Amino acid sequence: MYAFEIERPSTIGDAASALGHDGAQALGGGQTLIPTLKQRLAAPEKLISLTAIPEMQGVCIGDAGEVCIGGATTHATVARETAKSYPALSGLASHIGDPAVRNRGTIGGSLANNDPSACYPAAALGSGATIVTNTRKIAADDYFQGMFTTALEPGEIITEVRFPVPQKANYQKFVQPASRFALVGVFVAKYADGVRVAVTGASEDGVFRWDAAEAALSRDFSAAAIEGLTASATNLISDLHGTPAYRAHLIKVLTKRAVMAAA
Amino acid sequence: MPKDHGIGASSKRREDVRFLTGKGNYTADITLYGQTYAAFARSNVAHAKIKSIDTSAAEAMPGVLAVFTGADFADVGGNPAGWLIQSRNGETMKEPKRPVLAHGEVCHVGDAYAAVIAETVAQARNAVEALVVDFEELPAVVDMADAVADNSKRARTELTDNICFDWGWIEDNRAAVDAAFASAPHVTTLELVNNRLVPNAMEPRASIGVYDASTEDYKLYTTSQNPHLTRLLVAAFVMGIPEHKLNVIAPDVGGGFGSKIYHYGEEALVLAAAKRIGRPVKWVADRTESFLSDAHGRDHVTKIQLACEKDGTFLAVRTETLANVGAYLSNFSTATPTFLHGTLMAGPYKTPLVYVNVKAVFTNTAPVDAYRGAGRPEATYSLERVIDMAARELNLDPWEVRRKNLITTDMFPYTTPVALQYDTGNYQATLDKLIELSDKAGFEARAAESAKRGKMRGLGLSTWIEACGIAPSALVGALGARVGLFDAATVRVNPTGNISVMVGAHSHGQGHETVFAQVVSSMLGIPEANIDIVHGDTAKIPFGMGSYGSRSLAVCGTAMTKAVDKIIAKGKKIAAHMLEASEGDIEFADGKFSVAGTDKAKTFGEIAFSAYVPHNYPLETLEPGLEETAFYDPANFTYPAGAYSCEVEVDPDTGKVEIMAFTCADDFGNVMNPMIVNGQVHGGVAQGIGQALLENTSYDGNGQLVTASYMDYAMPRADDLPNYTVDHSCNTPCTHNPLGVKGCGEAGAIGSPPAVVNAVIDALARAGKPVKHIDMPLSPARVWAAMNA
Ligand SMILES: Cc1cc2nc3c(=O)[nH]c(=O)nc-3n(C[C@H](O)[C@H](O)[C@H](O)COP(=O)(O)OP(=O)(O)OC[C@H]3O[C@@H](n4cnc5c(N)ncnc54)[C@H](O)[C@@H]3O)c2cc1C
Repeated sequence: MYAFEIERPSTIGDAASALGHDGAQALGGGQTLIPTLKQRLAAPEKLISLTAIPEMQGVCIGDAGEVCIGGATTHATVARETAKSYPALSGLASHIGDPAVRNRGTIGGSLANNDPSACYPAAALGSGATIVTNTRKIAADDYFQGMFTTALEPGEIITEVRFPVPQKANYQKFVQPASRFALVGVFVAKYADGVRVAVTGASEDGVFRWDAAEAALSRDFSAAAIEGLTASATNLISDLHGTPAYRAHLIKVLTKRAVMAAA
Repeated sequence: MPKDHGIGASSKRREDVRFLTGKGNYTADITLYGQTYAAFARSNVAHAKIKSIDTSAAEAMPGVLAVFTGADFADVGGNPAGWLIQSRNGETMKEPKRPVLAHGEVCHVGDAYAAVIAETVAQARNAVEALVVDFEELPAVVDMADAVADNSKRARTELTDNICFDWGWIEDNRAAVDAAFASAPHVTTLELVNNRLVPNAMEPRASIGVYDASTEDYKLYTTSQNPHLTRLLVAAFVMGIPEHKLNVIAPDVGGGFGSKIYHYGEEALVLAAAKRIGRPVKWVADRTESFLSDAHGRDHVTKIQLACEKDGTFLAVRTETLANVGAYLSNFSTATPTFLHGTLMAGPYKTPLVYVNVKAVFTNTAPVDAYRGAGRPEATYSLERVIDMAARELNLDPWEVRRKNLITTDMFPYTTPVALQYDTGNYQATLDKLIELSDKAGFEARAAESAKRGKMRGLGLSTWIEACGIAPSALVGALGARVGLFDAATVRVNPTGNISVMVGAHSHGQGHETVFAQVVSSMLGIPEANIDIVHGDTAKIPFGMGSYGSRSLAVCGTAMTKAVDKIIAKGKKIAAHMLEASEGDIEFADGKFSVAGTDKAKTFGEIAFSAYVPHNYPLETLEPGLEETAFYDPANFTYPAGAYSCEVEVDPDTGKVEIMAFTCADDFGNVMNPMIVNGQVHGGVAQGIGQALLENTSYDGNGQLVTASYMDYAMPRADDLPNYTVDHSCNTPCTHNPLGVKGCGEAGAIGSPPAVVNAVIDALARAGKPVKHIDMPLSPARVWAAMNA
């Protein structure tokens, strides 16, 4: 680790102006950033911690019934506080990493990082969530722009994430044996106006929607409805833990399992 | 009623109190006055010529005290291989120098070529980044088959080819074995990979070098499984320090599994640096350094063939193995694939003819050496896999095929065709016990229940044997060992009757401090609490050979019992004097010396006190004091054996394997502490399951370690593992050591991998998806691919 300074502002405004300086970087739970620093793979001059900002903490229900989660809310808090309001999201959060990771890691950090194997991106895209930042609101469909790439501008802070609550939903995560991130993860959510299926862990382009499955499930929300489909292996990740063909196969298996668990 | 103390009791591990309350004293915990820190520059390429290293910028960095490169050690010795192997053609193995720091050439990713000493770790690391090195990349040799086939790319420029040795065991058997294959009614052939493993001790390697200019004494604190061997290597072979001027201390050590047997260059570096700058120098590896530079384990590619009758009677076994030794020969790396592997290829079976061929291959990867089981897991895995495959091919029950071929109790002592003599065992008994404890009879019902849930259930077994209690010096000397493998203990009875036992074995998780005290307590009839076991400091203990090869109790424990016997003999002399009786009439029992047939007696405490207050001793015939040392060199290896089964469920949709049950019926000889033995088996099986299902060390074609962190290297976690059933009721005591012990430290890691793989293959076969073989680790992706091939 290289030497750095740290600041802990207590308002979003202060955080935003601190992040306006060159060499400053936001620090959420540090579960991704700190290991990177320890390996000397990054050298920010100043870390701006977002964990002391009350406006960015906690879970509440918005005017339209959506679940609103402060950007610096930990996975453990989300797991606990959405257990009734959005059980599929709670289930997802409760299986991220281990207790230490869940007690430190934050939803904003996870979505800002947009690891291609992370869990939250599947929930956000699968729910058609809105990513609220200090300057604007971004629809999930516009937010995820490829592996580790998002619509965020430098210094922009995720202050809140709003999840419309579906009628039924479920997340199926098939773990990569070492990291236990998603080798493939599928989030299925059924809304009044249709079904969304978001896939993480699989693609070179990061989280994506499986359109064909969405169409089929919107017509008939049953595992049988996607029996005839095949997920394409094109552009899927190939690594030690799985070939594109294996990942494509898992996408279908997990989608069926998610539908069955949700139904 | 279970015993509550002494031999056979499950005494609680006394060392756990300090380990579990954070009071252990590991090398990294030690802070010395004026301590400085070392950081190493490690190669980021697999193979390159070092054209130049410019250290000037680094030397000018804040806090920097010294910079070392390979040139600083050009004149000192190399770290030697402990065994000299002869090839089949009579040539001696190739042994290119293993320097303290790479000099002229870096040979694997992680190879250290420079070191910086600074006031803080961060300053040392900053300066490492300021070193300017000019590498001229050389072709990397990574794949063993390529390394053997193509001499034009060589792992070390000084070599003419990449083969370290080409060893045949036993060469004289070869023609007979080939003839048996030529006429055999059935031959099963299997090619398999025994996957390379990263040891992953919880505590990374660490060393502190200290030099006292006033006395010219060196001191090395280091994470070692055998401080005396480290002292011998670093002092006599590498640095040229007189042995009596170097004190090596291995304090609490957090696991080794073999990786801390060896001497590593970092140890020599901190000593040289401490002398140069006149202050202690400390180095603690980070996890990445552990992945890149600890000696790895296994990494064999084997073709094994089994010739048998149609009824499954074994006629002959023949193997050809490529064993990776990496870029440098680590201390036991040449012994592991040969004398700890080839000699075990008869297994517990009557197979009359066996021939083993091993080619050790240099590659541009981290050195490979002994890792829990060392050679014996590789032997067991290939044998137990090929037997299963043969049974399948012949439509025979793999359990019965094994039973038919097991050596029977009337055959001991049994001399194998690969030069070992098994002293005792009862392999039928452990197999029968396994059948009972695993509820084999109920398997079909369980399989049907799994099928209802859409899962494929399978049952696999292995019947294994190993040679441990390493080792008879005369035998290993004849086989090329450059060291003896005796051990030693000193028993010091203090005036007030309590006891310090200084042992050559080193405990780095095994629980010696508890078990050795139990043994002494039983022998002397004094409470365990009055006995301390001292280990790990060459200034305190007699010259011993440390812990590996499940040798601690069988070899060092025996030395200890011999020293205790001497204490008792001396005590009798003292008692005879005090009781005015003749020495021959003194009996010792329950902590009391008494005159036979009388009520005249002295307690152990009275004798001890008298030994140090010898006011009226006949000094010509009776020395004061009560302290004895014994050295012990075993007459033979010990031969633990057993039968393991594994029951799995495989998910047909994903290929994921779940272990439903794991049963071990072991014969460890006499068991001193059943709880600790169970713990050793649990840990060993966890590592075996890790190898079978999870752990995969992968170098890419350029020699980059792809699995250099826990993000990609899968270690077994608690929820990957089942509850184990472990039994050691079928014990046959070892015939050639007084405790009758055989050793239990490696068994779990030896017997388990084939049981797991056999179970998965069984599950697939039962579900109508016959697959001949899947190489470890049986990850979901691999199992799914095999199922759908
Ligand atoms: C052992 C382990 C296991 C894990 N397992 C999983 C898993 O199974 N599934 C999974 O999804 N994840 C997993 N993670 C990742 C974990 O969820 C992280 O917490 C998360 O990815 C990053 O969140 P953080 O709050 O820790 O962010 P940090 O590490 O603090 O920051 C990550 C990045 O986001 C930026 N950032 C942080 N907060 C904000 C914000 N509010 N607005 C804008 N930018 C911000 C930072 O500048 C940095 O670039 C695991 C991590 C570990 C260490």
